[in-house]
Amino acid sequence: METPNLNYINELSGDNEEFKIKIIDILKRELPVEVQVYQEEIEKANYTQAAKAVHKLKHKVSILGLEKSYYIASDYEDNLNGNSVALKNDFEAILKAMQEFVIQL
Amino acid sequence: MNCIIIDDEEMARAIMIQFIANYTDIEVVADFSNAIEAIKFLNQNEVDLIFLDIHMPNFTGFDFIQTIKNPPHIILVTSDRNFAIEAFEYECIVDYLVKPITKDRFIKAVQKAIFMKTNASSKEVNPKGEDNVNEFYINIDRRLIKIEMASVNIVEAKGDYIHIKTDGKNYIVHSTLKKIEDKLPKDLFLKVHRSFIINTKKIIDIEDNSVLIAKDVIPVSRANRPELMKRLNLL
Repeated sequence: METPNLNYINELSGDNEEFKIKIIDILKRELPVEVQVYQEEIEKANYTQAAKAVHKLKHKVSILGLEKSYYIASDYEDNLNGNSVALKNDFEAILKAMQEFVIQL
Repeated sequence: MNCIIIDDEEMARAIMIQFIANYTDIEVVADFSNAIEAIKFLNQNEVDLIFLDIHMPNFTGFDFIQTIKNPPHIILVTSDRNFAIEAFEYECIVDYLVKPITKDRFIKAVQKAIFMKTNASSKEVNPKGEDNVNEFYINIDRRLIKIEMASVNIVEAKGDYIHIKTDGKNYIVHSTLKKIEDKLPKDLFLKVHRSFIINTKKIIDIEDNSVLIAKDVIPVSRANRPELMKRLNLL
Protein backbone atom coordinates (compact mmCIF):
# COMPACT_ATOMS: atom_id res chain seq x y z
CA MET A 1 0.00 0.00 0.00
CA GLU A 2 1.16 3.52 -0.78
CA THR A 3 2.45 5.80 1.94
CA PRO A 4 1.06 9.32 2.28
CA ASN A 5 3.65 12.02 1.69
CA LEU A 6 4.06 15.77 1.45
CA ASN A 7 5.61 15.85 -2.02
CA TYR A 8 2.75 17.76 -3.64
CA ILE A 9 2.42 20.17 -0.72
CA ASN A 10 6.17 20.79 -0.72
CA GLU A 11 6.16 21.39 -4.45
CA LEU A 12 3.20 23.71 -4.05
CA SER A 13 4.77 25.67 -1.22
CA GLY A 14 8.31 26.00 -2.55
CA ASP A 15 10.14 27.98 0.08
CA ASN A 16 6.97 29.56 1.38
CA GLU A 17 6.87 27.97 4.83
CA GLU A 18 3.90 30.07 5.88
CA PHE A 19 1.78 28.69 3.04
CA LYS A 20 2.88 25.13 3.84
CA ILE A 21 1.77 25.56 7.45
CA LYS A 22 -1.54 26.98 6.26
CA ILE A 23 -2.21 24.05 3.93
CA ILE A 24 -1.35 21.50 6.62
CA ASP A 25 -3.57 23.35 9.05
CA ILE A 26 -6.49 23.16 6.60
CA LEU A 27 -5.75 19.49 6.00
CA LYS A 28 -5.86 18.80 9.73
CA ARG A 29 -9.20 20.56 10.03
CA GLU A 30 -10.93 19.41 6.86
CA LEU A 31 -9.89 15.75 6.68
CA PRO A 32 -11.56 14.55 9.92
CA VAL A 33 -14.76 16.40 9.03
CA GLU A 34 -14.90 14.90 5.54
CA VAL A 35 -14.13 11.42 6.89
CA GLN A 36 -16.90 11.76 9.44
CA VAL A 37 -19.40 12.81 6.79
CA TYR A 38 -18.40 9.76 4.74
CA GLN A 39 -18.76 7.41 7.70
CA GLU A 40 -22.18 8.76 8.63
CA GLU A 41 -23.51 8.31 5.10
CA ILE A 42 -22.10 4.78 4.86
CA GLU A 43 -23.67 3.84 8.19
CA LYS A 44 -27.02 5.07 6.89
CA ALA A 45 -26.41 3.12 3.66
CA ASN A 46 -26.95 6.41 1.85
CA TYR A 47 -24.60 5.50 -0.96
CA THR A 48 -25.22 8.46 -3.26
CA GLN A 49 -24.29 10.87 -0.47
CA ALA A 50 -21.38 8.63 0.53
CA ALA A 51 -20.16 8.83 -3.08
CA LYS A 52 -20.21 12.62 -2.82
CA ALA A 53 -18.15 12.41 0.36
CA VAL A 54 -15.66 10.10 -1.36
CA HIS A 55 -15.50 12.52 -4.27
CA LYS A 56 -14.49 15.29 -1.91
CA LEU A 57 -11.96 13.10 -0.14
CA LYS A 58 -10.35 12.19 -3.47
CA HIS A 59 -8.72 15.60 -3.60
CA LYS A 60 -7.07 14.99 -0.23
CA VAL A 61 -5.96 11.54 -1.41
CA SER A 62 -4.12 13.12 -4.31
CA ILE A 63 -2.79 16.00 -2.23
CA LEU A 64 -1.13 13.43 0.02
CA GLY A 65 0.63 11.95 -3.00
CA LEU A 66 -1.41 8.73 -3.13
CA GLU A 67 -1.57 8.34 -6.88
CA LYS A 68 -2.77 4.73 -7.13
CA SER A 69 -5.13 5.17 -4.20
CA TYR A 70 -6.76 8.01 -6.09
CA TYR A 71 -7.94 5.53 -8.70
CA ILE A 72 -9.24 3.18 -6.00
CA ALA A 73 -11.18 6.12 -4.54
CA SER A 74 -12.52 6.98 -7.99
CA ASP A 75 -13.66 3.43 -8.63
CA TYR A 76 -15.19 3.23 -5.18
CA GLU A 77 -17.08 6.47 -5.85
CA ASP A 78 -18.44 4.91 -9.06
CA ASN A 79 -19.38 1.75 -7.16
CA LEU A 80 -21.26 3.72 -4.52
CA ASN A 81 -23.12 5.59 -7.22
CA GLY A 82 -24.17 2.18 -8.49
CA ASN A 83 -25.27 1.13 -4.97
CA SER A 84 -22.30 -1.20 -4.50
CA VAL A 85 -19.82 -1.08 -1.62
CA ALA A 86 -17.11 -2.99 -3.47
CA LEU A 87 -13.67 -1.52 -2.58
CA LYS A 88 -15.03 -0.22 0.74
CA ASN A 89 -12.28 -1.93 2.74
CA ASP A 90 -9.55 -0.74 0.38
CA PHE A 91 -10.80 2.84 0.51
CA GLU A 92 -11.17 2.83 4.29
CA ALA A 93 -7.61 1.50 4.62
CA ILE A 94 -6.48 4.51 2.56
CA LEU A 95 -8.45 6.84 4.84
CA LYS A 96 -6.87 5.26 7.90
CA ALA A 97 -3.36 5.72 6.50
CA MET A 98 -4.14 9.34 5.64
CA GLN A 99 -5.54 10.10 9.08
CA GLU A 100 -2.58 8.49 10.84
CA PHE A 101 -0.20 10.49 8.66
CA VAL A 102 -1.99 13.81 9.08
CA ILE A 103 -2.28 13.49 12.86
CA GLN A 104 1.52 13.34 13.06
CA LEU A 105 2.09 16.52 11.07
CA MET B 1 -8.31 41.44 -14.61
CA ASN B 2 -10.10 40.21 -11.50
CA CYS B 3 -11.61 36.92 -10.43
CA ILE B 4 -13.55 35.07 -7.80
CA ILE B 5 -13.16 31.47 -6.61
CA ILE B 6 -16.09 29.20 -5.80
CA ASP B 7 -15.25 25.88 -4.16
CA ASP B 8 -16.68 24.26 -1.04
CA GLU B 9 -13.23 22.94 -0.10
CA GLU B 10 -11.11 25.44 1.80
CA MET B 11 -8.01 23.52 0.73
CA ALA B 12 -8.82 23.99 -2.96
CA ARG B 13 -9.51 27.69 -2.48
CA ALA B 14 -6.25 28.20 -0.59
CA ILE B 15 -4.24 26.47 -3.32
CA MET B 16 -5.85 28.54 -6.09
CA ILE B 17 -5.33 31.78 -4.19
CA GLN B 18 -1.67 30.85 -3.81
CA PHE B 19 -1.25 30.01 -7.49
CA ILE B 20 -2.98 33.22 -8.57
CA ALA B 21 -0.80 35.34 -6.25
CA ASN B 22 2.42 33.64 -7.29
CA TYR B 23 2.04 33.20 -11.01
CA THR B 24 -0.50 35.69 -12.38
CA ASP B 25 -1.42 39.38 -12.36
CA ILE B 26 -5.02 38.57 -11.58
CA GLU B 27 -6.64 39.96 -8.45
CA VAL B 28 -8.83 37.66 -6.35
CA VAL B 29 -11.66 39.91 -5.21
CA ALA B 30 -13.53 37.25 -3.24
CA ASP B 31 -13.76 33.53 -2.61
CA PHE B 32 -16.85 31.53 -1.72
CA SER B 33 -17.57 28.14 -0.25
CA ASN B 34 -20.97 27.97 -1.94
CA ALA B 35 -22.51 29.13 -5.19
CA ILE B 36 -25.46 30.96 -3.63
CA GLU B 37 -23.19 33.46 -1.89
CA ALA B 38 -21.30 33.94 -5.14
CA ILE B 39 -24.52 34.69 -7.02
CA LYS B 40 -25.40 37.37 -4.45
CA PHE B 41 -21.93 38.86 -4.95
CA LEU B 42 -22.26 38.82 -8.74
CA ASN B 43 -25.58 40.64 -8.53
CA GLN B 44 -23.65 43.60 -7.13
CA ASN B 45 -20.23 43.22 -8.74
CA GLU B 46 -18.67 42.44 -12.10
CA VAL B 47 -15.79 40.01 -12.46
CA ASP B 48 -13.69 38.93 -15.44
CA LEU B 49 -13.07 35.34 -14.47
CA ILE B 50 -14.48 32.67 -12.16
CA PHE B 51 -12.71 29.57 -10.89
CA LEU B 52 -15.59 27.20 -10.29
CA ASP B 53 -15.89 23.79 -8.66
CA ILE B 54 -18.52 21.49 -10.15
CA HIS B 55 -19.36 19.29 -7.18
CA MET B 56 -20.77 21.43 -4.43
CA PRO B 57 -23.57 20.56 -2.04
CA ASN B 58 -27.08 21.60 -3.09
CA PHE B 59 -26.01 23.75 -6.03
CA THR B 60 -23.56 22.41 -8.60
CA GLY B 61 -21.21 24.40 -10.78
CA PHE B 62 -23.44 23.78 -13.79
CA ASP B 63 -26.51 24.97 -11.83
CA PHE B 64 -24.53 28.09 -11.07
CA ILE B 65 -23.64 28.75 -14.71
CA GLN B 66 -27.25 28.33 -15.78
CA THR B 67 -28.41 30.72 -13.06
CA ILE B 68 -26.24 33.73 -13.75
CA LYS B 69 -26.97 36.07 -16.62
CA ASN B 70 -24.11 36.76 -19.02
CA PRO B 71 -21.55 34.62 -17.21
CA PRO B 72 -17.95 35.83 -17.44
CA HIS B 73 -15.18 33.46 -18.47
CA ILE B 74 -15.07 30.41 -16.25
CA ILE B 75 -12.34 27.90 -15.48
CA LEU B 76 -13.83 24.73 -14.05
CA VAL B 77 -11.86 23.09 -11.28
CA THR B 78 -12.92 19.60 -10.31
CA SER B 79 -11.79 16.16 -9.19
CA ASP B 80 -14.07 14.67 -11.82
CA ARG B 81 -12.91 14.11 -15.35
CA ASN B 82 -16.32 12.91 -16.47
CA PHE B 83 -17.82 16.31 -17.17
CA ALA B 84 -15.34 17.45 -19.78
CA ILE B 85 -17.70 17.08 -22.71
CA GLU B 86 -20.58 18.77 -20.92
CA ALA B 87 -18.23 21.52 -19.79
CA PHE B 88 -17.18 22.53 -23.26
CA GLU B 89 -20.77 22.90 -24.33
CA TYR B 90 -20.80 26.19 -22.44
CA GLU B 91 -19.39 29.10 -24.38
CA CYS B 92 -18.18 30.80 -21.19
CA ILE B 93 -15.99 27.88 -20.05
CA VAL B 94 -12.43 28.46 -21.16
CA ASP B 95 -10.74 25.51 -19.50
CA TYR B 96 -11.22 22.49 -17.28
CA LEU B 97 -8.70 21.78 -14.53
CA VAL B 98 -8.57 18.44 -12.75
CA LYS B 99 -7.55 18.43 -9.09
CA PRO B 100 -4.91 18.31 -7.80
CA ILE B 101 -4.00 21.28 -9.92
CA THR B 102 -0.43 21.57 -11.12
CA LYS B 103 1.33 24.87 -11.54
CA ASP B 104 1.95 24.51 -15.29
CA ARG B 105 -1.59 23.49 -16.07
CA PHE B 106 -2.98 26.30 -13.94
CA ILE B 107 -0.86 28.94 -15.67
CA LYS B 108 -1.91 27.59 -19.07
CA ALA B 109 -5.59 27.87 -18.14
CA VAL B 110 -5.17 31.44 -16.92
CA GLN B 111 -3.26 32.41 -20.06
CA LYS B 112 -6.12 31.01 -22.09
CA ALA B 113 -8.62 33.08 -20.11
CA ILE B 114 -6.52 36.24 -20.56
CA PHE B 115 -6.23 35.55 -24.28
CA MET B 116 -9.99 35.11 -24.56
CA LYS B 117 -10.62 38.26 -22.57
CA THR B 118 -8.32 40.33 -24.79
CA ASN B 119 -9.95 38.87 -27.88
CA ALA B 120 -13.43 39.54 -26.58
CA SER B 121 -14.08 42.31 -29.10
CA SER B 122 -13.50 40.02 -32.07
CA LYS B 123 -15.72 37.46 -30.36
CA GLU B 124 -18.56 39.95 -30.30
CA VAL B 125 -18.46 40.07 -34.08
CA ASN B 126 -18.60 36.28 -34.12
CA PRO B 127 -20.45 35.39 -30.89
CA LYS B 128 -20.11 31.66 -31.21
CA GLY B 129 -16.39 31.97 -31.78
CA GLU B 130 -16.56 28.83 -33.86
CA ASP B 131 -13.95 29.95 -36.33
CA ASN B 132 -11.37 30.13 -33.57
CA VAL B 133 -11.95 26.61 -32.30
CA ASN B 134 -10.05 23.95 -34.12
CA GLU B 135 -10.22 21.14 -31.63
CA PHE B 136 -12.40 19.51 -29.00
CA TYR B 137 -11.71 17.19 -26.11
CA ILE B 138 -13.11 13.76 -25.37
CA ASN B 139 -13.00 11.83 -22.14
CA ILE B 140 -11.58 8.32 -22.45
CA ASP B 141 -10.63 6.33 -19.35
CA ARG B 142 -10.23 9.46 -17.27
CA ARG B 143 -7.99 11.11 -19.85
CA LEU B 144 -8.97 14.16 -21.84
CA ILE B 145 -7.87 13.57 -25.38
CA LYS B 146 -7.59 16.44 -27.82
CA ILE B 147 -9.00 15.85 -31.28
CA GLU B 148 -8.29 18.19 -34.16
CA MET B 149 -11.60 18.78 -35.89
CA ALA B 150 -10.02 18.61 -39.33
CA SER B 151 -8.74 15.10 -38.56
CA VAL B 152 -12.24 13.72 -38.00
CA ASN B 153 -13.53 11.65 -40.91
CA ILE B 154 -16.89 10.49 -39.62
CA VAL B 155 -18.93 10.34 -36.44
CA GLU B 156 -21.38 7.50 -36.03
CA ALA B 157 -24.11 7.23 -33.40
CA LYS B 158 -24.18 3.88 -31.62
CA GLY B 159 -26.84 3.79 -28.90
CA ASP B 160 -25.68 5.94 -25.99
CA TYR B 161 -22.25 6.31 -27.59
CA ILE B 162 -20.68 7.94 -30.59
CA HIS B 163 -17.89 6.45 -32.63
CA ILE B 164 -15.42 9.09 -33.80
CA LYS B 165 -13.17 8.01 -36.64
CA THR B 166 -10.16 10.22 -37.33
CA ASP B 167 -7.20 9.98 -39.70
CA GLY B 168 -5.14 8.17 -37.10
CA LYS B 169 -7.42 6.63 -34.48
CA ASN B 170 -10.96 5.71 -33.63
CA TYR B 171 -12.65 6.62 -30.35
CA ILE B 172 -15.86 5.52 -28.66
CA VAL B 173 -17.31 8.20 -26.41
CA HIS B 174 -20.41 8.38 -24.24
CA SER B 175 -22.26 11.23 -25.95
CA THR B 176 -24.85 11.97 -28.60
CA LEU B 177 -24.63 12.88 -32.25
CA LYS B 178 -26.51 16.11 -31.51
CA LYS B 179 -23.92 17.23 -28.96
CA ILE B 180 -20.98 16.70 -31.25
CA GLU B 181 -22.86 18.17 -34.21
CA ASP B 182 -23.20 21.42 -32.27
CA LYS B 183 -19.43 21.43 -31.65
CA LEU B 184 -18.30 20.73 -35.19
CA PRO B 185 -17.96 23.56 -37.75
CA LYS B 186 -20.99 23.63 -40.02
CA ASP B 187 -18.97 24.49 -43.12
CA LEU B 188 -16.90 21.30 -42.79
CA PHE B 189 -19.27 18.73 -41.33
CA LEU B 190 -22.68 17.56 -42.44
CA LYS B 191 -25.18 15.15 -40.98
CA VAL B 192 -25.98 12.90 -43.91
CA HIS B 193 -27.98 10.28 -42.04
CA ARG B 194 -29.62 10.05 -38.62
CA SER B 195 -26.61 8.04 -37.44
CA PHE B 196 -23.78 9.71 -39.35
CA ILE B 197 -21.97 13.04 -39.54
CA ILE B 198 -19.27 13.28 -42.16
CA ASN B 199 -16.36 15.58 -42.88
CA THR B 200 -17.26 16.72 -46.38
CA LYS B 201 -13.61 17.44 -47.21
CA LYS B 202 -12.82 13.75 -46.74
CA ILE B 203 -15.25 12.42 -49.31
CA ILE B 204 -13.56 10.16 -51.85
CA ASP B 205 -16.60 9.46 -53.97
CA ILE B 206 -20.38 9.47 -53.92
CA GLU B 207 -22.55 6.76 -55.34
CA ASP B 208 -26.33 6.84 -55.25
CA ASN B 209 -27.20 6.97 -51.56
CA SER B 210 -23.76 6.53 -50.04
CA VAL B 211 -20.42 8.29 -49.74
CA LEU B 212 -16.98 6.75 -49.42
CA ILE B 213 -14.77 8.26 -46.71
CA ALA B 214 -11.43 6.54 -46.08
CA LYS B 215 -12.54 2.89 -46.13
CA ASP B 216 -16.06 3.49 -44.86
CA VAL B 217 -19.17 3.55 -46.97
CA ILE B 218 -21.62 5.90 -45.28
CA PRO B 219 -25.33 5.90 -46.07
CA VAL B 220 -26.89 9.21 -47.14
CA SER B 221 -30.56 9.64 -46.37
CA ARG B 222 -32.84 10.97 -49.08
CA ALA B 223 -33.65 14.06 -47.00
CA ASN B 224 -29.99 15.00 -46.54
CA ARG B 225 -28.79 14.31 -50.05
CA PRO B 226 -29.76 17.74 -51.54
CA GLU B 227 -27.69 19.58 -48.88
CA LEU B 228 -24.76 17.28 -49.54
CA MET B 229 -24.97 17.89 -53.29
CA LYS B 230 -25.11 21.65 -52.66
CA ARG B 231 -21.79 21.44 -50.82
CA LEU B 232 -19.98 19.80 -53.70
CA ASN B 233 -17.93 21.78 -56.15
CA LEU B 234 -19.46 20.09 -59.16
CA LEU B 235 -17.87 20.50 -62.58
